[in-house]
Amino acid sequence: MVKKHLKKFYMFLVLLFLYAPIIVLVVFSFNNSKSRGTWSGFTLRWYVELFRDAEVLRALYNTILIAVLSSVISTVIGTFAALGIHQIKGFKKSIILNLNYLPVLNPDIVTAISLMALYRFLKIDFGLSTMLLSHIAFSIPYVILSILPKLKQMNVHLAEAAMDLGATPLYALRKVIIPEIMPGIITGGLLAFTLSVDDFVISFFNTGHGVSNLSITIYSMTRRGINPIINALSTLMFISLLVLLLIINKRTDKSLERGGI
Amino acid sequence: MNTKRSAYPYIVWMLIFIVVPLFLVLYFAFTSGDSQTFTDFTFSLDNFKRFLTPTYLKVLGRSINLALISTLLSLIIGYPLAYIISKEKPKTRNTLVLALVIPMWMNFLLRTYAWLTLLGRNGFINNILAKLGLPGLNLMYNNKAILLGMVYNFLPFMVLPIYSVLIKIEKNLVEAAEDLGADKLTVFKKVIFPLSLPGVITGITMVFIPAVSTFVISDLLGGNKYNLIGNIIEQQFRWTGDWHFGSAMSVILMILILVTMALTSKFDKEKEGGGGLW
Repeated sequence: MVKKHLKKFYMFLVLLFLYAPIIVLVVFSFNNSKSRGTWSGFTLRWYVELFRDAEVLRALYNTILIAVLSSVISTVIGTFAALGIHQIKGFKKSIILNLNYLPVLNPDIVTAISLMALYRFLKIDFGLSTMLLSHIAFSIPYVILSILPKLKQMNVHLAEAAMDLGATPLYALRKVIIPEIMPGIITGGLLAFTLSVDDFVISFFNTGHGVSNLSITIYSMTRRGINPIINALSTLMFISLLVLLLIINKRTDKSLERGGI
Repeated sequence: MNTKRSAYPYIVWMLIFIVVPLFLVLYFAFTSGDSQTFTDFTFSLDNFKRFLTPTYLKVLGRSINLALISTLLSLIIGYPLAYIISKEKPKTRNTLVLALVIPMWMNFLLRTYAWLTLLGRNGFINNILAKLGLPGLNLMYNNKAILLGMVYNFLPFMVLPIYSVLIKIEKNLVEAAEDLGADKLTVFKKVIFPLSLPGVITGITMVFIPAVSTFVISDLLGGNKYNLIGNIIEQQFRWTGDWHFGSAMSVILMILILVTMALTSKFDKEKEGGGGLW
């Protein structure tokens, strides 16, 4: 009995540690004062001001634009790449896989500066386009790594059967292979999206003058003091993600019931 | 069906966005000249010589030291947590894992910065101490604050791989050991822990690598006094403009990580132990 309570208490402590800063952020987004640390009454002022702040809205727009574009593009490239890599065998495959693994293993900062050097070498001007290219570059490896296991699990004869029954290779790809590996593609796409939204280091090094996303805006704010508007914005983003998750969970629960698994 | 060809565009992409950039970093590291104009580069080892002076070696030492301590702390805090979660019912288990992942959805700069509100001079903890009539504590802008930031940010990376290995351990093995007379501690030492090693190793690399290369956490929580190797690289590329020296340090960082991987893979006898997140 004592042991059970001890376990619960331990879990509670660790979760408290992980959630304490988030609670602080949410609470202070309702604080009627610009200063941190002192509570001076409830307000919704920051939520109203948020929608009037051009700088923050611009950064939010850039963040979402880049996340959507980079996740879609990297999912498409990654899916085709995975289909190809799956069929390549032996030494060549291990070279490709190891190269693909490099950006996953390398520290963010090394990936960031190496891309920075590349753009400088190719004389590409830094800006939204370099940020987008970098996000695509670091997302593809994760997409490939989430699709490859699905391809491995797939029955090899499925596509052959489809083609024996008269499907063209492209039709078999569209109607048999892609649906088979869809869960991997979706996981990869979502991963690419979250990586892009979360990223600070890669964006920070590969952005141009005057172009910034939320992370960069937040980072520059930490030097001149965080505007509570940002707290309000993150609270809204956090809550919308939570709601999205709850909906997805409900739906999978239902489909599990229907499927009788 | 042959789909090999659909990998070719990505192979070209990899050459451009993975191979060439790393060679550029290597090239920068072994040359000197005006890195802004890309002209008059000459081969030199000056960047490395400059790094091997006490000032920078100290920075490297501090980075490794803090990363090692934070990895160890994450392991000490994270292993029991992973173990407790793995013993729960499947439904509770999934909820708890989700609870670990959810905080990562909030921007990590903001979450890290929020610790200032808790630990700062006029922060939450010091306010409580003041109300109790106790003297205030200096909790911010020191090594301990950086360690806290590292453990805070990277703890889930330690818990998740260990957890995913622990839930795969066959119950039969534990029962067999118990039937043969092993007590709980022996079962843990001789069966569960050795089987969970692949997860521990993945966890260690996943905490150590971001911790040793961070510049944000030391920047936000360490003030300007506590520079880590990441901070110096950032300075070279963003402010000083000495890309050669910055590249040399990045090369050293990469070597450090290769050494870590080589060391940890020695302990991981079965390479595909399933400890990987991927």
